[in-house]
Amino acid sequence: MSEFFGSPHALLVLVLAGFLPNEVWRMAGLWFGAGVDEGSEVLVWVRAVATAILAGVIAQILVQPPGALAGVPDWLRYGAVAAGFVAFMLTRRSIFAGVVCGEIVLLAGKWWLG
Amino acid sequence: MSSVASTVLTLVLFATYLGIGALAHDSHFSLGWVLGSTLLVWAGPAQIILISTLGSGATAVQAAIAVTVSAIRLFPMVVSVLPLMKTPQTKRRHLLLATHFIAVTLWVECYRLLPKVPRQRRIAFTHGLGCGLLTVCMVATTLGYGLAANLPPLFAAAILLLTPLAFLLSTARNCRQISDVLALVLGIALFPLVSMLHTGVDILISGVTAGTIAYGVHWWRERARA
Repeated sequence: MSEFFGSPHALLVLVLAGFLPNEVWRMAGLWFGAGVDEGSEVLVWVRAVATAILAGVIAQILVQPPGALAGVPDWLRYGAVAAGFVAFMLTRRSIFAGVVCGEIVLLAGKWWLG
Repeated sequence: MSSVASTVLTLVLFATYLGIGALAHDSHFSLGWVLGSTLLVWAGPAQIILISTLGSGATAVQAAIAVTVSAIRLFPMVVSVLPLMKTPQTKRRHLLLATHFIAVTLWVECYRLLPKVPRQRRIAFTHGLGCGLLTVCMVATTLGYGLAANLPPLFAAAILLLTPLAFLLSTARNCRQISDVLALVLGIALFPLVSMLHTGVDILISGVTAGTIAYGVHWWRERARA
């Protein structure tokens, strides 16, 4: 069992650096969100902020790519996402078509670059 | 459960967690550890940050700070989605598990699916959806961990691109009001500018600014209409 989970220290780090930093925000959200009405105007603002923060996460992955994605040239990353978005719009908002198209552009581009 | 099977986001999650499993293997974490992170953290980008920062030799404190910053988005997500689930009789503790399940995928799927579910059953529905997606991701994490050595590098880049693609498209599909569209567009445009400041909380600054501008436009249009 200890081989499966690794050292207790690593699990402690998982809880302190992985679980708690996420759960704190969720629980804070529960504390505030449970008291808000569905039709409330505040929710429009909160949803806009949530969407914009998510947009920031998207931009961050594209502008400051992690790991293997950093090996893909900038123009190809942006191009693949743009192609995916165009496919998504052309297919009356099909996420499937958009994701597949974006991935094909990325793979084709990488293959073409060698 | 049929909702779990019917969404392409499940496929995206599956592939993303294959990648996370493989990343954990390559960074020398145990299988139990990475499965624990899928179960407890339950947020793809946070897990990628956690594994890559710890794997590159950063201290637990540095990793915790990076993860905390990335997790801020969960707060407005939970606040905005919980009111869809509760009834006047709902106590906070009834929402505890549903709250843990909230991450990007569940957030967008709740907006899409919950209106079709009778209000009394929405918490149970969210539990079902969350457990289903979690099961899929645990299987994918295990598979990815096992396959890691055999995955080509191109595959890793393709998996990492899935997150921004799926986040962008699923959020775009969810846009209901002008404020949502503006928040998405401004949020993407503002981040590269704010990130030049290197504040460490760039995403928070660009997100709150873009979200507030988007809300301001919404408010101004509503007032002009009235």
